[in-house]
Amino acid sequence: MSTLSAPPSGAVARVGSAQPRTGNRNGRRRGVLTWVRGGGLSTLIFALPLLIVFGVFSWWPIVRSVVMSFQKTNLVAPPRWVGWDNFHYVLTDPDLPTAIRNTLYFALLALVIGFPIPLVTAVLISSVRRLKGVYTVLAYLPVVVPPVVAVLLWKFFYDGSPGGVFNTILGYVGLGPYQWLSDHALVMPSLVLEATWAAAGGTVIIYLAALIGVPGELYDAAEVDGAGIWQKLWHVTLPHLRGVLYITFILQIIATAQVFLEPFLFTGGGPANRTLTVLLMIYNYAFGRSLGGDYGAATALSLMLAAFLALLSIVYFKLTSRWSTS
Amino acid sequence: MTSQDIRAVGRAPRRATSGLDSARGYISEQDWRRPTVNATVKTLHVVLLVLLVIVGVGPMLLLAKYAITPTQDIIRTPLAIFPNGIRWENVAEAWNDVQISRYFLNTIWLAAGSWFVQLLVATTGGYVLSVLRPAWGKVVNGLVIATLFVPSVVLLVPLYLTIINPPLVGTSLINNFFAVWLPSGASAFNVVLMTRFFDSLPREVFEAAEIDGAGPFRLFWSVVLPMSKPILGVVSVFASIASWKDFLWPMLVLKNPDLQPLSVRLPAIQAQTDLGVFLAALAISTLIPVVFFLIFQRLFLSGAGLGGAVKG
Repeated sequence: MSTLSAPPSGAVARVGSAQPRTGNRNGRRRGVLTWVRGGGLSTLIFALPLLIVFGVFSWWPIVRSVVMSFQKTNLVAPPRWVGWDNFHYVLTDPDLPTAIRNTLYFALLALVIGFPIPLVTAVLISSVRRLKGVYTVLAYLPVVVPPVVAVLLWKFFYDGSPGGVFNTILGYVGLGPYQWLSDHALVMPSLVLEATWAAAGGTVIIYLAALIGVPGELYDAAEVDGAGIWQKLWHVTLPHLRGVLYITFILQIIATAQVFLEPFLFTGGGPANRTLTVLLMIYNYAFGRSLGGDYGAATALSLMLAAFLALLSIVYFKLTSRWSTS
Repeated sequence: MTSQDIRAVGRAPRRATSGLDSARGYISEQDWRRPTVNATVKTLHVVLLVLLVIVGVGPMLLLAKYAITPTQDIIRTPLAIFPNGIRWENVAEAWNDVQISRYFLNTIWLAAGSWFVQLLVATTGGYVLSVLRPAWGKVVNGLVIATLFVPSVVLLVPLYLTIINPPLVGTSLINNFFAVWLPSGASAFNVVLMTRFFDSLPREVFEAAEIDGAGPFRLFWSVVLPMSKPILGVVSVFASIASWKDFLWPMLVLKNPDLQPLSVRLPAIQAQTDLGVFLAALAISTLIPVVFFLIFQRLFLSGAGLGGAVKG
């Protein structure tokens, strides 16, 4: 019955019972028996779903992506080792600088537009005294709309003709019509606007949860010192949100660096590669209609992207921990 | 119960993660009593409410309107309210002629299977890592958490090749729902959530069950699972919503249009579908998640807050 005992003794007991692997057949059989009686078998049965699903559909593919980035694979002939060829091919692809520039531009715009909006919204909602739930539900509602539906709906709103929905609205105040999705300068902000609409609600909820964690005594103390509302916000509320803000900041960068759905469904990377992103390139290498099938190049680029994001996160957390302590 | 008791219950701290209540904000009672502050903040709240209604509900109301508007009117006067009457046939044509009913069923079927696999992996896995704790549990736990740091794009191509030629099955899983169901189970996020929740359950209950002669299976089914209803709800909501939203992966592995979910079919049918009927199809696809959200608000919002907590 060691199965259910407290962790340290249970673990020790099972290590002991699983140990006797050496010795004659008799000893081995007794070892297996004690292992089964000690609960080793049932533990393994419980672990099987996790081990199989993670093994086949997560751990093995991760290892395989590293292997494949050094191979030429085309599903017909057996894979061939090609060294750094895939990386060289990707790094000299004339589209890569464009894709990197577009992805950085998307990430930057998403920060400028998308980072302050949820924060201001959450801070305002937290001071609402009646119908707070209504505010929260309204803010979260766009997150519930399936992303594909959201993009297709906005694509219709962005119709470039004077009769398009947004152009009609702006027409009332004498603006436009704008070619939202075919104008070279407008297309990326249009994509970011939709992406922000679709994602902001989730961040609002995270901030609201963090705002509740601010201890009320701190506000009391600030008031005793004669602080006004702005000073309370600046000296009490924001410092308390700092940790959460650091995290949503890097999470948003990691997410926007992998933007795929918006450029894929809105524009397919056009006009003139203006919305070609790194992820769209990876997709085109592997599954694109004209190119396609270049699995080596696709895995090489996705590994480089993952390595870049990992490095960025490490540097970021080093920096932010230094800022927090100083 | 005295009135004092009732007030105490009312003041009792609720789950902080719900994001709906707060004890004491940055605006004090004294601040509220000052007329300028009161007027300014209340005006801001009204402006915020109007903006949230326009931005949050506006697009959905428009979509609902287009779903029953003749295509001619949608194109000519997109913001007029039914200038030439309502056309309910949009919805019927979308449901029957465009076969939204079939894709709808595919979507539900995919979500149900993904939900089951995710719950199976997360509950049994969490049970092993938190309650049974074998010697090798730490290694498995580390490997599971490590996958949190690998962006999903790294998995895309090798996972696709694994589906084409899976181990032990011997036949390609392309055009098979299992190609969507099984990989969805490899969610480290679910396992971590479940393990942390199991960690918080009182060990004395497990020991009592053990003394009463419960084996590991009985303990799992009759003690741990019934105690874990809140987290099962959160993971269920996460799982079904994620599956409803999924686009790229089902598009890659379900190439047969008859098997594809709404998210994959909608962009494909756009070009050859009448605009009014197409927008009706979009409206139908939005209806279920929105209704679900309005019914299970608390679960959704606490889940979203929890998501932030775990990621942090």
